[in-house]
Amino acid sequence: MADFLTATQVVKRFSNHLALDHAGISVPEGSIFGLLGPNGAGKTTLIRIINQITAPDEGEVLLQGRKMTQADVRHIGYLPEERGLYKKMKVGEQALYLVQLKGMSKNDALKQLKYWFEKFEIQGWWNKKVEELSKGMQQKIQFIITVLHRPKLLIFDEPFTGFDPINTNLVKQEILNLKKEGATIVFSTHVMSSVEELCDHIALINNGQTILHGNIDEIRSRFKPDHYELTYRGDTEQLANSLNSAVNMIVQPNRGNIEHVILKNQTGISIREMINRINSAVEIVSFEEMIPGMNEIFIRAVEETNHRTKSN
Amino acid sequence: MSKISLIIQREYLTRVKKKSFIIMTILAPILFAGMLFIPAFLATREDTDSKVIAVVDQTNLTVGAIPDGKYLKFNYVGEESVDELKENLQQMGYYAILFIPENILTSGRVQLYSNQQTTMAVNNHISKALEGFFTNIKLVNENVPVDIIERTRTHIRVETIQWSSSGEEKSGSAELAAIIGYVSGFIMYFFVFLFGAQVMRGVIEEKSNRIVEVIISSVKPFQLMMGKVIGVALVGLTQFLIWIFLTLAIVTAAQVGLKSDSSKQAQTEMVQNIMDQEAAANAPGMQDLSQAQKMLDDIKGRLESIPIVLIIIAFIFYFLGGYLLYASLFAAVGAAVDNDTDTQQFMLPITIPIILALFVMMSAMQTPNSAIAVTFSMIPFTSMIVMMARIPYGVPIWELILSASLLIITIIGTIWMAGKIYRTGILMYGKKVNYRELWKWIKYKG
Repeated sequence: MADFLTATQVVKRFSNHLALDHAGISVPEGSIFGLLGPNGAGKTTLIRIINQITAPDEGEVLLQGRKMTQADVRHIGYLPEERGLYKKMKVGEQALYLVQLKGMSKNDALKQLKYWFEKFEIQGWWNKKVEELSKGMQQKIQFIITVLHRPKLLIFDEPFTGFDPINTNLVKQEILNLKKEGATIVFSTHVMSSVEELCDHIALINNGQTILHGNIDEIRSRFKPDHYELTYRGDTEQLANSLNSAVNMIVQPNRGNIEHVILKNQTGISIREMINRINSAVEIVSFEEMIPGMNEIFIRAVEETNHRTKSN
Repeated sequence: MSKISLIIQREYLTRVKKKSFIIMTILAPILFAGMLFIPAFLATREDTDSKVIAVVDQTNLTVGAIPDGKYLKFNYVGEESVDELKENLQQMGYYAILFIPENILTSGRVQLYSNQQTTMAVNNHISKALEGFFTNIKLVNENVPVDIIERTRTHIRVETIQWSSSGEEKSGSAELAAIIGYVSGFIMYFFVFLFGAQVMRGVIEEKSNRIVEVIISSVKPFQLMMGKVIGVALVGLTQFLIWIFLTLAIVTAAQVGLKSDSSKQAQTEMVQNIMDQEAAANAPGMQDLSQAQKMLDDIKGRLESIPIVLIIIAFIFYFLGGYLLYASLFAAVGAAVDNDTDTQQFMLPITIPIILALFVMMSAMQTPNSAIAVTFSMIPFTSMIVMMARIPYGVPIWELILSASLLIITIIGTIWMAGKIYRTGILMYGKKVNYRELWKWIKYKG
C-alpha cells in the first residue's frame, strides 16, 4: 500500500515551547491510522498543520506524493476536538452552510444531507435550533457534516467524546464503512480500546516527537514482554521443577481443578522448548502468549521517553 | 458560489433575520420621526389654543404697540390691579397678565404673570415688540425725527464669500458646512461602534461556540474575518438605508395626515405661525411670502457654495475606510479574548482615537485650517471624522490625496496585522493575552 499522507520532519515552534520537534507520520492509503499521545504532545498541532490551518516552521506534508496546498482541504473531512456549532442557527441551514464551504454544490449537499439524516433517523431535527439539541445530538450532526462531502482523507480528533455507548458503536460502524468505501482515516484518541478495535497503523507522539510508528500488530509484538499464560491439570511442584530456573513462574488462583500460572521467560529459551518442558510435567489446558494492550504500550513508551529526556 | 460570498451571505442573513434587528429597524425610524415631528406638532397644537393676555400698562403708551398674533390677543384692561386680575385669571379667560411698569424706560423690565409656564414664543413676541417700540420712543425723546428712524432701520446678515486660488468667488455657509461635518462625523462614530462591536461579538461567539476550527478547516481565517467584516457592514448599510427611508416615509405620511386631518388648515397655519413670529422678530413691514422665498433662495445659494459631489465621494470613501480600519481591529480583539468581559483592555486604544477625533472635529468646525485640525485630518485613525468636518470649507487637493493615501496604506497594514492576530487568537483558549503576546502572534509564520 502506498502512503497516502506523509508528514516529514515537521517542526512547529511557539513562543516558549517546541510543539513539534521533527515529528513525522506516514499513513497508508485506505487504512485507519491512530494518532496517539499524552495531552500536550503536539497531536492537535500536527493535525492542524495537515489541515493547512497553521503552517509548519520546517518540514512538509505530502498528499499522494504531492506537497499539500490550501486547495487540498476540500479533500479532507476534519472533526476537530474543539468543535461546536452556531447555537442560534437551525440544524439544516447550518449543515448546508458548512458543507457548501467545503465546496459542495447546494443541490448535492441537500441530497446527501437527506440521505444521512434518514440514515441516522434525525429528519425531525432539520428545523430545530442547535441549542435545542443535546450534546450527543450535536456530535452526530458534526459527524455527518464532516463526512458528507465524501472526502478522501478523514481526520477525527477524539471522535467519541460525548457519545453514549450506543452512538459510539454507531459512529465506529460508520468509520469502518467509510474505510470500506476507500477513505483514509486518521484519528486521534485517548481511548486505547477503540484504537485496538479500529486502527491498522498508529503513531505515538510525545513531547513533539514521534516515538512509535507503524503497524499496530507489529508494534504490539515488539512490545510483548515474553510472558505466557498457562492453565493445566497436574502438579504445580512438578511443573516448577521441569521449567527449572529458565522460567519464572507466578502462581495465580486456581479455578476448580484447573491450575493457572503466568510464566516469564527469563533466559530466552524457545517457546517450543518451553512447551515441551511443560508438556512433560503436566496436562496443558491452554497456553497463550500475553500480548500487551495498547494501553500498556502507550504508558510504557511514554514513560520510557520521559525518563530518557529527564536523565539527559 | 465562492467561499467568501457564502460567509458574507450567512453573516448578513442571520443578523437581518434576528428579531432584535427587525424590531430596532422598525422602531428607530418611529423614534426619529417622532423626534422630528412631535415638537413641530406640539408647536401647532399649542398655538392653536387662543390665548388672551391682559395688559396692565402704567405708561398708557403701548396700546397697539404689541401686534396680535394668529392665536395671541392682547387685551388692554386699563388701571386694574394686578393682584385682582391674578385672582380672577381663570374666570376671565386670560392666559397671562402683562404688567408694564411706569419706569420701563429706565428699568427695561416688564412682568408676565401666569399660573402656568408661558411659552418662549409668547415671551419673544412680547419682548421683540416692546424693544422696537421703546427704542423708537427713546429716539424720539432724543429729538430724532420719526422718518429718520424709519429710514435708518437696518438689518444686517453676514454672507460669507470665499475665494479660491483661481480668484473665483463663492458665497460660503459656515452653518451648513458645520452641520455637514457634524452629522457625518457622528454617523461615522455610531457606525463604527455599533457595527464594529457586532463584528467583535460575532468573532467571540464563533470562538466560544468552538465552531471556528470547523470553519477554518474549509476556508482561510482571513476569508472568515473579511467575510464577517463585509457581511456586518452590509447589515449596517441596510439598517441605515431603511432608517432613512422609513423616517422620511413616516414624516411625510404624518404631514399628509395632519393636513387632511385639520381641514387643510393646520399645515398652512403652522407655516403661517412660524412666519408670523419671524415677521414679528424681523421688520414688521416685511411680507411673509417674499421672506420665505428669500430664505429658500438663500439655502439654494449656500448649497451651491459647498462642494457637494466632493463631500459625497469623500463621505463614502472615509466611511468605508474608517469602518474597515476599525472593524478589523475589533475582529482582532474578538479573536484575542475568550469572552466579552475580557475585551476592556483592548477596547481602550480603539476608543480613544475615535473620541479624540470627535473633539477635534468640534474645533475643526470653527477653525478648519488650524494646525490641530490639519494634523488630525491626516492621521488615519481620526482622518475620517476630522477631514469630513473640514471638506465643506474647502481643503487643498494635496491634503486630500495625502490623507486618503495614508488611510489606504494604514487599512492594508491594519487588516494584515489584524488577520495575523485573528488567525492565532481564534484557536487560543483560556489564555490571558497581553500586548506582548499579540506582538508574538503577529510574528508567527502563517
